[in-house]
Amino acid sequence: MNFDQARFSREDVYEPLLSEKDSTTVEVDADGVLPDDLTRDELTLPGLSEPQLARHYTRLSQMNYSVELGPYPLGSCTMKYNPSFTEDVAADPNAGVHPDRSDRTIQGTLGLLHGLQEYLADIGGMDAVTLQPPAGAAGEFTGILIAKAYHEARDDDRSEIIIPASAHGTNFASAAMAGYDVVELPSDEEGRVDIEALEAAISEETAALMLTNPNTLGLFERDIVEISEMVHDAGGLLYYDGANFNALLGRARPGDMGFDIMHYNVHKTFATPHGGGGPGAGPVGVVDELAEYLPSPMVRETAHGYEQYEPESTIGKVHGFAGNWLVLVKAYAYIARLGDAGLADASAKAVLNANYLASQIDLEVPYGPFHHEFAATSGDRDAADVAKRMLDYGVHPPTTKWPELVSQAMLTEPTEVEDKASLDDLAHAFNAAYADSDEALETAPSKTSARRIDQVSAARNPRLSWQSLDDSE
Amino acid sequence: MTTGNGRRDGSPYAPHTDADEAAMLDAIGAESVEELFDIPDDVRFDDEFGIDPTGERELRQTLADLFARNEELTEFLGRGHHAHYVPALVDDLSRRSEFLTSYTQYQPEIAQGFLQALFEYQSMLVELTGLPVANCSMYDAATALAEAALLANRLRRGASGHRVLVPEHIQEGRLGVLENYLDGADMEIASYPMEDGAADVDALSDLVDDETVMVYAESPTVRGVVEERLADIGDIAHDNDALFCLGSDVVALSLLQEPASVGADVVVGEADALGVGTAYGMGLGIFATRDDYLRQVPGRLVGVSEDAADMRAFTLTLQTREQHIRKERATSNICTNQAWVALRTAMHMAWLGPDRLVGMAKDAVTDARDLADRLDDISGVKAPVHDRHHFREFVVYTDQPAPAITNDLAGRGFAVHALDDHHIQVCITEVNADAADELVAAFEEVA
Repeated sequence: MNFDQARFSREDVYEPLLSEKDSTTVEVDADGVLPDDLTRDELTLPGLSEPQLARHYTRLSQMNYSVELGPYPLGSCTMKYNPSFTEDVAADPNAGVHPDRSDRTIQGTLGLLHGLQEYLADIGGMDAVTLQPPAGAAGEFTGILIAKAYHEARDDDRSEIIIPASAHGTNFASAAMAGYDVVELPSDEEGRVDIEALEAAISEETAALMLTNPNTLGLFERDIVEISEMVHDAGGLLYYDGANFNALLGRARPGDMGFDIMHYNVHKTFATPHGGGGPGAGPVGVVDELAEYLPSPMVRETAHGYEQYEPESTIGKVHGFAGNWLVLVKAYAYIARLGDAGLADASAKAVLNANYLASQIDLEVPYGPFHHEFAATSGDRDAADVAKRMLDYGVHPPTTKWPELVSQAMLTEPTEVEDKASLDDLAHAFNAAYADSDEALETAPSKTSARRIDQVSAARNPRLSWQSLDDSE
Repeated sequence: MTTGNGRRDGSPYAPHTDADEAAMLDAIGAESVEELFDIPDDVRFDDEFGIDPTGERELRQTLADLFARNEELTEFLGRGHHAHYVPALVDDLSRRSEFLTSYTQYQPEIAQGFLQALFEYQSMLVELTGLPVANCSMYDAATALAEAALLANRLRRGASGHRVLVPEHIQEGRLGVLENYLDGADMEIASYPMEDGAADVDALSDLVDDETVMVYAESPTVRGVVEERLADIGDIAHDNDALFCLGSDVVALSLLQEPASVGADVVVGEADALGVGTAYGMGLGIFATRDDYLRQVPGRLVGVSEDAADMRAFTLTLQTREQHIRKERATSNICTNQAWVALRTAMHMAWLGPDRLVGMAKDAVTDARDLADRLDDISGVKAPVHDRHHFREFVVYTDQPAPAITNDLAGRGFAVHALDDHHIQVCITEVNADAADELVAAFEEVA
């Protein structure tokens, strides 16, 4: 496949900024509305017609890659196809109610939330689920706050969270935000949790161990039952990061492995669109013993219909209202559409695709057996350069240089939505880029809207608004 | 058996034919897909969830039926989640799959479109706030406020105390989130009193001391009151080396005093009044601040750079603040954010242009005033309770019990919010203004 991304350009800019198309200043004359000293003097914004805006945003959209254009094998990000119908469902005008409505008048909304709480509890092997956290990292923070509340209720003052070195950066940041010291855990030679190192790390200070399984190399933590016993024997809790849950649907559940708390990444596992960075949703599931600490409100079913309630020892709020409602609707619709068989098939094909792709690329994959993702190494080639060259083949490259356990890592997760032909194209992009000359790699990409972008200049001389561009002229 | 698209025993979004699957297994050297799972027997799940797969048509009907169980009420509700009319252009263009189904812009060369749209969003916030740095989104106003307090605390590491002052009247969710975010930083929250719905500035002045790291005020307040002494509040904060954080929303900012002009160091609030409509509280958190605090900003920032063809190009920048680089020393744990909502808000603001945006904001003042005046004419009703200027919403006093009135109004097709036994809050924008006459008539019947 030949790829040339659309580019709109004039002189030394691509599509001009809205502010370059029009800049209108209006005097804010609020006579008779508010006293002068309570209002601003003027406001300057673009004042464009609808047809002009339609072209502006359509051109911008054409200078943007998406999962509907091609594969997006970002390891641990799980970019899968987002079904069209879930968008229509979420756009139902009856679905958009205000959060201050009384329970009795929004039985549809509460019914969906209750249904999703139940679905997620079943799929994760958890006893109760909150839908309030607005993203995965917010879910982590919520989960750690729950762990903290649990320990505090026992007058058990613990100060540490143990996290594998290869974990997502959000794990460390979430634990720190909740006030914990982070103890970093090295991997063993096979890329899994080092049991001896874990033994040494666990103490009466251990509030929780955060793990993802399969881990960021795609490897299942085979010793998970032993790990769980070690943590629990020391009075700690076990937290599951749901980033890699797409590997396990219908085959294993965090609750059955001994995890006490987990978050779900609905844009990863349940196909809600990532929207160029969000909104996501990070529901959190817990075992019975922790259900009293969940954020408020939760939804339950009674003889009189659905109602919201406050868990007995709730940690309170983690979002101003009920989280990212529209995203939750899409996740519910996806789960209901696929059912047991579809969910299990999604994981099967995700694992099949990762293994097939790995077998077709010339790069070494040092660890295995992996599941839905693998960390290839570009060896003596710079992984970021190989990735830039892959762009010219019309695919999005993998996550690069992470996890650090693998040198020049290219963490690759094709997901279940690619067919064999697409995977063959992807493998070709890997192999062609990997084999290309140093010069080709360093000057890539050349077929994208923009050529290689200077990151250093952007950070050294921050220009973060169109106003800052005017100033520098 | 699998037969590609349309088969019944798998995911409709996993496109493998039987022949492909066999060829792929052959290439891997495996007999079956199950063989690829390295899961010990003792943690294998052998049961079922009991979720039956559903066809798209049937499922759409089921969900339409479910949502139809929501009563069709005309909502006069606000308190931090405000609905304005969202033009069709926003739905149409934001739902283009190039925007909707893209990921965070880790490869900026193929993501110029979204990056530019976010850069434009940041620029609009810079214009509205008068502050030079705006990030490209927080989850909502509550989490943005909490992040502002954490920023203030980082700037004052050596301070003798770590207190944040917030108004007595504050949306419950904002206070709740703030409590949770500050807990881990050993910070505390105290509230300052309000007088007739606005900050009691003298009382505030007495409360601020050298343990205070941030003073938070809102305009409009949660009760819709336009705060009149923002500059004084800012001065009090600054005299005590505390940051002044102002909460507002994108529509109000187009009309009310520019935050920079009253000394705001950080502006937070909701941008979901544009581009979202009513979405059960799904929000878009504003976060804008001064240049001095740039390296303490949470969340994503889009900046300008140049590409190898010497063309202007956009990229995520200053990422060393963020969790994927800095881990536990990051300014925040935020990763996934509200980028697509920011795209929609920017589209909506561009569609309005400055004239119509300011006009909409003026209507929010005059429509609220008119509606309050009309309710005030009803026997047993006083509106507004606070003798202040209001923006979109106001509090109504009722002689009769407020919960009963709210209930009766629901029976007549209107949703309002009972604050306590004798107070109701009412919010008006162009999406419900046409029903104002009917609301007044219904109020007369039930109050």
